[in-house]
Amino acid sequence: MEIQLVGITVLWLFLYGYLIVASIDFGAGFFAYYGKLTKQDHLINHLISRYLSPVWEVTNVFFVFFFVGLVGFFPDTAYYYGTALLIPGSIALVLLTIRGSFYAFSNYGSKENKVYLFLYGASGLLIPASLSTVLTISEGGFIEKRGDEIIFLADRLLTSPYSWSVVFLAIVSVLFISAAFLTYYADRADDKAALEIVRKFALFWSSPTIIASLLVFITLYKHNVAHFEKMLNYWWMFGFSLICFLAASALIYFRKHYGTAFIFVMLQFFFAFFGYGASHLPYILDPYVTIYTAYTNETMGLTLVVVFIAGLFLLIPSLILLLKLFLFDADYVKGKK
Amino acid sequence: MELDNVILARLLTTTTLAFHIIFATIGVGVPVMISIAEYIGIKRKDPHYLLLARRWTRGFVVTVAVGVVTGTCIGLQLSLLWPSFMKIAGQVISLPLFMETFAFFFEAIFLGIYLYTWDRFKKPLYHWLLSIPVIIGSSASAFFITTVNAFMNTPQGFQLENGVITAIDPIQAMFNPATPSKVFHVLTSAYLASAFILGMIAAFQLLRGRTDEYYRKALKLTMVCGFVFAFLTAVAGDISAKFLAKHQPEKLAAGEWHFETEKGADLLLYGILDENNEVKYAIRLPNMLSFLSFNDFNAEVIGLNEFPEDERPPVWIHYMFDIMVTIGIYTVIVSFLYLIFDKIKGFNPHSKWLLWSIVLGGPLSLIAIEVGWIFAEVGRQPWILRGYMKVAEGATTADNVGLMFLIFIVLYIVLAVVCSTVLIKMFKNKPAEVELEYRFNQ
Repeated sequence: MEIQLVGITVLWLFLYGYLIVASIDFGAGFFAYYGKLTKQDHLINHLISRYLSPVWEVTNVFFVFFFVGLVGFFPDTAYYYGTALLIPGSIALVLLTIRGSFYAFSNYGSKENKVYLFLYGASGLLIPASLSTVLTISEGGFIEKRGDEIIFLADRLLTSPYSWSVVFLAIVSVLFISAAFLTYYADRADDKAALEIVRKFALFWSSPTIIASLLVFITLYKHNVAHFEKMLNYWWMFGFSLICFLAASALIYFRKHYGTAFIFVMLQFFFAFFGYGASHLPYILDPYVTIYTAYTNETMGLTLVVVFIAGLFLLIPSLILLLKLFLFDADYVKGKK
Repeated sequence: MELDNVILARLLTTTTLAFHIIFATIGVGVPVMISIAEYIGIKRKDPHYLLLARRWTRGFVVTVAVGVVTGTCIGLQLSLLWPSFMKIAGQVISLPLFMETFAFFFEAIFLGIYLYTWDRFKKPLYHWLLSIPVIIGSSASAFFITTVNAFMNTPQGFQLENGVITAIDPIQAMFNPATPSKVFHVLTSAYLASAFILGMIAAFQLLRGRTDEYYRKALKLTMVCGFVFAFLTAVAGDISAKFLAKHQPEKLAAGEWHFETEKGADLLLYGILDENNEVKYAIRLPNMLSFLSFNDFNAEVIGLNEFPEDERPPVWIHYMFDIMVTIGIYTVIVSFLYLIFDKIKGFNPHSKWLLWSIVLGGPLSLIAIEVGWIFAEVGRQPWILRGYMKVAEGATTADNVGLMFLIFIVLYIVLAVVCSTVLIKMFKNKPAEVELEYRFNQ
C-alpha cells in the first residue's frame, strides 16, 4: 500500500472515530435539551451526563487529531481549504467553542441553567451541519482557483440541493447514532424509564438516515457524476451498510441485544463512510488537491507514520482503560460508583 | 495603520493566543500543584491537602474546557489565517504539531479518569498515580508546541532553494537552537504562574477573615512551590538571554535598546525612547548586558544597527521585557519573604501587606506570561520563519478577516465573563470548611 494511502486511511479512521463519538455527544446534547422541554429530563439527563462527563474532552481530540494530521500529511490542504473556508471554518469554531465551554460550565458549575443547556443542545445540531459542508465542498464546484486566488463560492453552496441533503444526513445520523448508543447505555444501567424514551428516539430517527442517504446519492449524481459512478464500484460497501442498518433497527425494535445493535449501527456508518471515502480518492479537493499532489515529503510522511504507530501503543491501552472504567463497568453505569 | 489582511490576521491570531495562553498556562501548571497536594495529603493522611487537591481540580476542569476549545481555535486558525505559512512550514514542522495532539489525547483521557475516580480505588495512591499521565500529557503538549514556536525563531532541518524545500530532517527541526531555552522558560513560568494564582486564592480567603488551617496550608504549599518555580524561571530567563545573544541577537538588541555593537555593553532598565531614538530616564548598569549575554563583562554584544532596517523588530518590546523581568523578580521576593516570615519566630507570614502582595502576584504573574509572550513574538518580527519567510507573505488572502476578528472578540469576552462567574459561584456556594466537614468528618 502506498504511503499516501496509508496516511489518508489512518486520517479517515480518525474522522470515523470522531463521527461516532461526536455524534453520541452532539445527539445527547440535543436529547438533553429536548428532555428538558418535554419535562422528561429527570428520566434521561442523569443517564446522559453519567456517560458524557468523563469522555467529552476526548471527543474533541479526535477532531483536532484529524485536522492536524491532515495538514501534516497533506500540507496543500491547509492552503486550499484554509483560504477558502475562513468564514465557515470560523463559524464552526465558534460553535465548537460555545459547546465545549458551556458544557463544562453547566456540568461543573451552576446546575440547571436553561440558557447553557439550550446553547449546548442547539450547537449539537449546528456543528455537524457546518462540518458536513466541508465534505460537500470537497466534491468540487464550490472552490475555484482564479490565477493565484482561491475563491469560495458560498452562494453556490447555499443553493445546492446536494449540500442540503448532506446537512440533512449529518443531522439525522447524529440523532440516530446517539439514540442507539443511549439505548444501549440505558439498558446497561438497568434504567427502564430512560430506556423507553431513548429507544423511541432511536426507532424514530432510524429510517430518516436511510432516506437521507438516498437523497445524497441522488443529488450527488446531479452534482458530481464521476464520483457517483465510482461509488457504484463500491456498491457492496453500501449494501453491507444497509444490511447492518436493518439488523440494528430490528434488534432495537424487538428489544434484544442493544449492545450488538449499537455495533451494527457503528458498522452501518463504517461501511457507508469508507465506501464514500474510497470512491472519493484520489481527491481531497476535487479537482485541485489529490493525496499525491498534496503529499508532504517522504521523510516527514514516514516520520509521521512511525510516530503515529508509536502513539497508538500509548493511546489504545489508555482508551481501553477509560472505556473499562466508565462504559463497561456495570456498577459505574448504574450509578453505584 | 491600514487594516490590511496581514494586520487583521495578526490581530485575530494575537487575540486567540492572548486568551488561550492564560488557560494553557493554568492547564500546564495547575495539574502539578494538584498532584503535589494530593501526594502530601495521602502521605500525611491530612484531609486538608486532599480537599485542596479536590477543590483545585474542580476549578481546574472549567479552565481546561476553555483551554481545550480555544486551543482548537488556534489549531485551526493557523491554517485558516496563515495558509501559505502552513503549506511551507508544515512540511518541516508538522511532526511536533502532530505529537502535540497525541500528548493532548493522552492528557484528556487521564484527566477524565482522574476526575471521576476519587473514591474508586482501595489504595488512594492509585488515584494519585493517575495525575502523573495528566502532568506528562500537559507538559508534553507545552513542550511540543513550544518546539514549533522555537522553529519559527531559529528554523533549521531543511534547505530552501527557489521555493522548494529539500533535505528535510524533522528531528533537527524540532530540536533547533531555540528549543531548550524556550521549553525550559515556558514550563517553569507556567508552573510559577499557576502556583501564584492558587496562592492568590488562599491569601485572599485569609484576608477575608477565613481562619481555617486549610487556607494556611494552601498558602504555604503554593508559596514554597512558587519560590522554587520562581527561582527556576529566573534561571530559565538567564539561559534565554544567553541564547538570544548567540542565536537571535536582534531580538535581544531591540529588547535592550542596544543599537551599536560594542564590548562591555550596558544593561538598560526601564526608561523611555524619545523621538530622536535617545534613551531617557533609564537605569544604566555598566557592562551588565555583556555579562548577562556571555558571562563576561567585556564580551561584544551585537547591536540593532547591524541589521537591515526592514529586518529589525520594533523597539517597544523593551517595555514588555522590563515588565516581565520586574514581575519575575517580584515573585521571587514575595515568595522568599513569605518563607522567611514563616520560618523565623516573631514574624507573621499572614500580615496584611504580605498577603496583599501575594494576592497581587496572581494577576501579575499572568501579565508576565502575556508580556513575555508578546516580547518573544514581536521580537521575531518581521519574520514568521526567521530568515526565510516574512509574516506578510504568510497571511491569508481571503476576505472578511476583519469580521471574523470581531466575532471572535465577542466570543472571548463572553467566555471570559461566564467562565469567571461560574468559577466564583462554584466556590462561593460551597466554602472549604463546610465541604471539609461533610466529606471527612461524617
